[in-house]
Amino acid sequence: MGDFFNLIRAWHGAVAEGIIWSVMTLGVYITFRILDFPDLSVDGSFVTGGAVAAMFVAYLNVNPFLALLASLAAGMLCGLITGFINTKMKIPGILSGIITMTALYSINFRIMNNSSTVALIGTNTVDVVVRDFFRGISAVNAQLIIGGVLALALIAFLYWFFGTELGSSIRATGNNPHMARSLGINTDSTVMVALMLSNGLVALSGGVFAHVQGSSSLSSGPGTIAIGLASVIIGEVVLGKKLGFILRLSAMVVGTVIYRLIFATVLFAGLKATDMKLISALVVCFALYLPTARKRFVSWQTRKRGRVPQLGLVPDAVMEDIIDGSDKDPDEPNLHD
Amino acid sequence: MLILSNIDRTFNKATVNEKKALVDISLRLDPGDFVTVIGGNGAGKSTLLNLIAGVHRCDRGSVALDGEDITHLPEYRRAKYLGRVFQDPMRGTAGDMNIDENLAMAKRRGSVRTLRWGISRAEREEYREKLGTLGLGLEDRLGTKVGLLSGGQRQALTLIMATLKKPKLLLLDEHTAALDPKTAEIVLRQTNEIVSGKGLTTLMVTHNMSHAIKYGNRIIMMNGGKILFDISGGEKKNLKVEDLLERFKVSQGQELDNDRMLLA
Ligand SMILES: Nc1ncnc2c1ncn2[C@@H]1O[C@H](COP(=O)(O)OP(=O)(O)OP(=O)(O)O)[C@@H](O)[C@H]1O
Ligand SMILES: [Mg+2]
Repeated sequence: MGDFFNLIRAWHGAVAEGIIWSVMTLGVYITFRILDFPDLSVDGSFVTGGAVAAMFVAYLNVNPFLALLASLAAGMLCGLITGFINTKMKIPGILSGIITMTALYSINFRIMNNSSTVALIGTNTVDVVVRDFFRGISAVNAQLIIGGVLALALIAFLYWFFGTELGSSIRATGNNPHMARSLGINTDSTVMVALMLSNGLVALSGGVFAHVQGSSSLSSGPGTIAIGLASVIIGEVVLGKKLGFILRLSAMVVGTVIYRLIFATVLFAGLKATDMKLISALVVCFALYLPTARKRFVSWQTRKRGRVPQLGLVPDAVMEDIIDGSDKDPDEPNLHD
Repeated sequence: MLILSNIDRTFNKATVNEKKALVDISLRLDPGDFVTVIGGNGAGKSTLLNLIAGVHRCDRGSVALDGEDITHLPEYRRAKYLGRVFQDPMRGTAGDMNIDENLAMAKRRGSVRTLRWGISRAEREEYREKLGTLGLGLEDRLGTKVGLLSGGQRQALTLIMATLKKPKLLLLDEHTAALDPKTAEIVLRQTNEIVSGKGLTTLMVTHNMSHAIKYGNRIIMMNGGKILFDISGGEKKNLKVEDLLERFKVSQGQELDNDRMLLA
């Protein structure tokens, strides 16, 4: 029975952490799904966000909300660098991200005053402020409030932003860059704006995470992209992709929370925290393999039986959702209905 | 008015794959000219249009539009002046976005993209009206993803998009080549109506000789990166496909290699 309550407690914390991490997932969604640019710099910018948020409160005694704004700005700068490398220096997207990520490792170390962790015990972090404000609430509930407010505000913001002229031109850039340029859209700029927005959110998430966790650490970075992608994919599989834009953004929060719940459960079952990166890698790998798997399966079935196969195991609609990883599904409802 | 002066363009220079795609091309289009461009595979027709649009830069020579030298202007900045429809129906539209969103982006061709809402109610009315003239039923499907349309519908939409904001020059690169003959006729007829209705200066590449003769007031034949001849006025009106073949033979000393060109 004690075990059961411990598991519930672990889940409670996982939901709170998931909501905070969903800010990072929203950032990954922008690059991976909207811009069609798999951006690895987030492995670095997540830590940059954490490092900046930590140093600003621990050493500069800045208001914690301002510190988080600084994280956002630092992340946007990281995105700008990746965008510059990609669009102006013409280095392929994946490599641009790797370059930034690698450089950020050294920079983050310097930001954290040449150490690999900064502890925030007894400093004025956001969760301390929130707990002071709502007298007597638990640490986890403070995290829920912070993450919830942030996620809601960001979903509203992104819904608005991607409906504007600028947002539409970013979507067009991700969807068909030739068309975008032929309509006078400066695709170099749209790529940079999208990368800035994405990395800004990732760093903001890293900043909040450092505050609520009470420390910022270099080792929290590697694998961020895999966690983000896994969360995007889980969200899409669970809620489906045939949703309006608001719901698709919300699915990112759901996906991240589910990811953290799995994480908590796996830990509870006795696996190590470090095993989780292996699990994310497997989730991402499997999800990205599904379209190919489906093609193989179909041609194998057709060869074997000489007819078009029935996908009996999984309902077709769900299967479609899972395999259609490319987000090029024309049946999706429209962005702003 | 478009003026091309002494344009050269070579691909893969100084390699075994070196290809002179355009050689010393000079061309002048007067306002309202509707020029059809024909020529065999690899004649340089697409390269010519891409050079004008800024997709490729020239090695030598200059491009001027209405007195402005645009030789070094990047593609997205020239877009302000140009309407373009491509051979591939996928290329001119964003398949994941709605019909009205595509049109709204085309309407903003050449203007700075702000944080204003991407599309207004009044615009939607305008688009409904414009699409109505196509007679394809698209006016009731403004909220449909373009990816769900047929190739012909997509080309018709791209054509509307290219001309929504009046271009100084309309560039059509075999924009009916990927369509079945019946749809191709419909799109061509719409093209002709829009071009003559708005008096647009137009360059239209086609591999169909009879279309090239039927439409426009001028016809250009290209081969090996050069313009072989340029026929306009009364002579163009009375032109026959045989005349074109004969003129090709005379100037090149060989039969036209017509594996893709349609003679009738
Ligand atoms: N990006 C490129 N790189 C290398 N060579 C190219 C490139 N684009 C065109 N070429 C070459 O330049 C020549 C002219 O090509 P272009 O596409 O302009 O011909 P075209 O007249 O449009 O022919 P088609 O009727 O086949 O469309 C061809 O030999 C082609 O192989
Ligand atoms: Mg061509």
